[in-house]
Amino acid sequence: MEERYRTLQRKIILITLLVSLAPLITLGALIYDQFARMYAEKITQQMTYRSRGLAQAVELFLKERTAILCSMADTHNFNDIIDERRLSHIFEIMNSRAGGFVDLGVIDSNGQHLAYIGPYDLKGLNYYQQAWFGEVMARGVYISDVYMGYRRLPHFIIAVRRNQKDHTWILRATIDSEVFERILKPGRVGKTGDVFIVNKNGVYQTQPRFGGKTLAKSNLPINSFGADTTILETKNSEGQRVMLAGSWIHNGKWLLVVRQGVRQEMRGLFSARYAGIGIILSGIVGIVLMTVFTTRMTINRLKEADMKAAELNAQLMQSDKLAALGKMAAGVAHEINNPLQVIIQQIGWMEDLLEEEELKQSENIEEFGKAIKKIEDHVERARKVVHGMLGYARKMEPHLEDVDVNAVIRQTIDLLGNYARINNITIKTELSTDLPIIAADGSQLQQVFMNLLSNAIDAVGKNGAIEIKSRKSGPEIHIEVSDSGPGIPEEMQKRIFDPFFTTKQTGKGVGLGLWITHNIVEKMGGSISVKSRVGQGTTFTVQIPVAIPEKK
Amino acid sequence: MHYFRVLVVDDEKDFVEATVKRLGKRGIDAQGVLSGEQALELMKEKRFDVVLLDIKMPGGMDGIETLREMKKIAPLTEVILLTGHASVESSIEGLKLGAFDYLLKPMKLEDLITKLAEAFEKKDKQDQKIRSAKIKELLRFPGRALQEKDEEK
Repeated sequence: MEERYRTLQRKIILITLLVSLAPLITLGALIYDQFARMYAEKITQQMTYRSRGLAQAVELFLKERTAILCSMADTHNFNDIIDERRLSHIFEIMNSRAGGFVDLGVIDSNGQHLAYIGPYDLKGLNYYQQAWFGEVMARGVYISDVYMGYRRLPHFIIAVRRNQKDHTWILRATIDSEVFERILKPGRVGKTGDVFIVNKNGVYQTQPRFGGKTLAKSNLPINSFGADTTILETKNSEGQRVMLAGSWIHNGKWLLVVRQGVRQEMRGLFSARYAGIGIILSGIVGIVLMTVFTTRMTINRLKEADMKAAELNAQLMQSDKLAALGKMAAGVAHEINNPLQVIIQQIGWMEDLLEEEELKQSENIEEFGKAIKKIEDHVERARKVVHGMLGYARKMEPHLEDVDVNAVIRQTIDLLGNYARINNITIKTELSTDLPIIAADGSQLQQVFMNLLSNAIDAVGKNGAIEIKSRKSGPEIHIEVSDSGPGIPEEMQKRIFDPFFTTKQTGKGVGLGLWITHNIVEKMGGSISVKSRVGQGTTFTVQIPVAIPEKK
Repeated sequence: MHYFRVLVVDDEKDFVEATVKRLGKRGIDAQGVLSGEQALELMKEKRFDVVLLDIKMPGGMDGIETLREMKKIAPLTEVILLTGHASVESSIEGLKLGAFDYLLKPMKLEDLITKLAEAFEKKDKQDQKIRSAKIKELLRFPGRALQEKDEEK
């Protein structure tokens, strides 16, 4: 039984939790996923813009420098420009208009450095063998990667070619790569934001903020960057997740990379995630608690209802059983009465005959008389039993009168009080004073109390207590008769209302008292129940409906 | 005790026989039959003062039905009903139909005789009333006595 309730409870809780938690968790996950995606998109976009913007700025810077160099080359003749005073003048103009130039030199088509303005003595060197020389001669414009110059400072060169009728020459300027710092600095956002430039081989062209040095080799996956601005997610040297936004500049020779720590960038998302998880977790805890609580309550209610139903059922079954037994008993009584009647008449006839003169002479006449008397006695005994069975039925036409239940109880106690006193049994009463007068059969009611009280006295035996209580309970009057006797074992409790069920010695009781009591109470529209525990006494409770007497 | 005639009606043969014998021994003219039909037949031929009638007789007419018919045949004859428990309701119905009283089985012969005597007393009083009424009538209309005598035959 208990196991069944537990299984049911488990099932209800499980189903309720499943039904209520599944959508909650699904919804939470869905919302979080959506949010995360949006957030990532936003960050990607931001980084793309930043990367692209900075790339454009660098590109612009290079173009500007190249343009200024080109226009200087185009507007001067070879003969003029190898004059170092002229060259110095041009160098001043360039630096004042654009800035960033470290030196300026003129190289002829043989690679011979003819004129030079700058901090180093480079004049007279021949560049014919160098790669950049070939390139600028072939393409017209050349911008080098950053390299360590003589000054041990990173810089790069821009060289342009001028074709004149008789001469082809090159104007070459060195630019301190420090200038990039100025351009890139605004891109270094937050604690982890970084911007730098690497060349095709992954060599740093500028000083990165973290984890690297100019001209050192970076471990960036250069090949993963596509033509347009590309977003990548990798781990940095310390194992933290970082996002990279790379844009190719300088005709694909350089890559401008914006780098940002994911943790930093996603801080908003993480806090949203923790909040979401917190809300969902507290929701789950709430739902679980509520479910367990309400299910417990429901199950308890169910248990109570079941118990009541079982009690009612037992009572109904008891009534049915007793009704059937009553009918049977009545039938049996009738069938026994007829033969008893015949026996009485026949034995009576024999008695009559014994009176006759000739038989009186018989020497066994006395014995005959004794035998007949015995037969009569035992027929009488059988008759009493059957009449006891019918006893209540004979009076079944109830004679309604105004009855004070308490008065009937007191009368009954008066009748049996002496018997109780002899056996040292105290009878306590606790009778409610506000009982209504009811319409009932007083003598039947008295029989009920009589049976209960005499049973109680018999149960106690000697030295004990009996308590009789009466009280009004809704539309009923409840009368309790409790005794301090040995109690009735549970398996016997079911049978005590059965006819001929008795625990008394043969001859002391035939076992009809409670049966008749039950029948009387039931005919009144009431009920009788017993509560008993071995060793703790017994309580009979009679519940009779309050039938208001008709006004006379 | 006056001499009076009793009819015992019960389907229990042993009971009927013993009762008739014992009543006879006490100077009561008793006769027994085993069914309602037989009782009615007999009553048409013979007058009885008191009828002892068992209410429950399986097969054939039951007590109440027999009682009804008896009252038609001999309205003055008193009827005492015999009943076991199961037919208490029937005995009440019987009383309503004019039965004198009822007795619960099993009863002692003494109780039975007492009851029979009471019934006979009542019947006797009734008879006396009728007789005296008849005498009065006769004194007033002597012719009617002859008519009635014819009817009785």
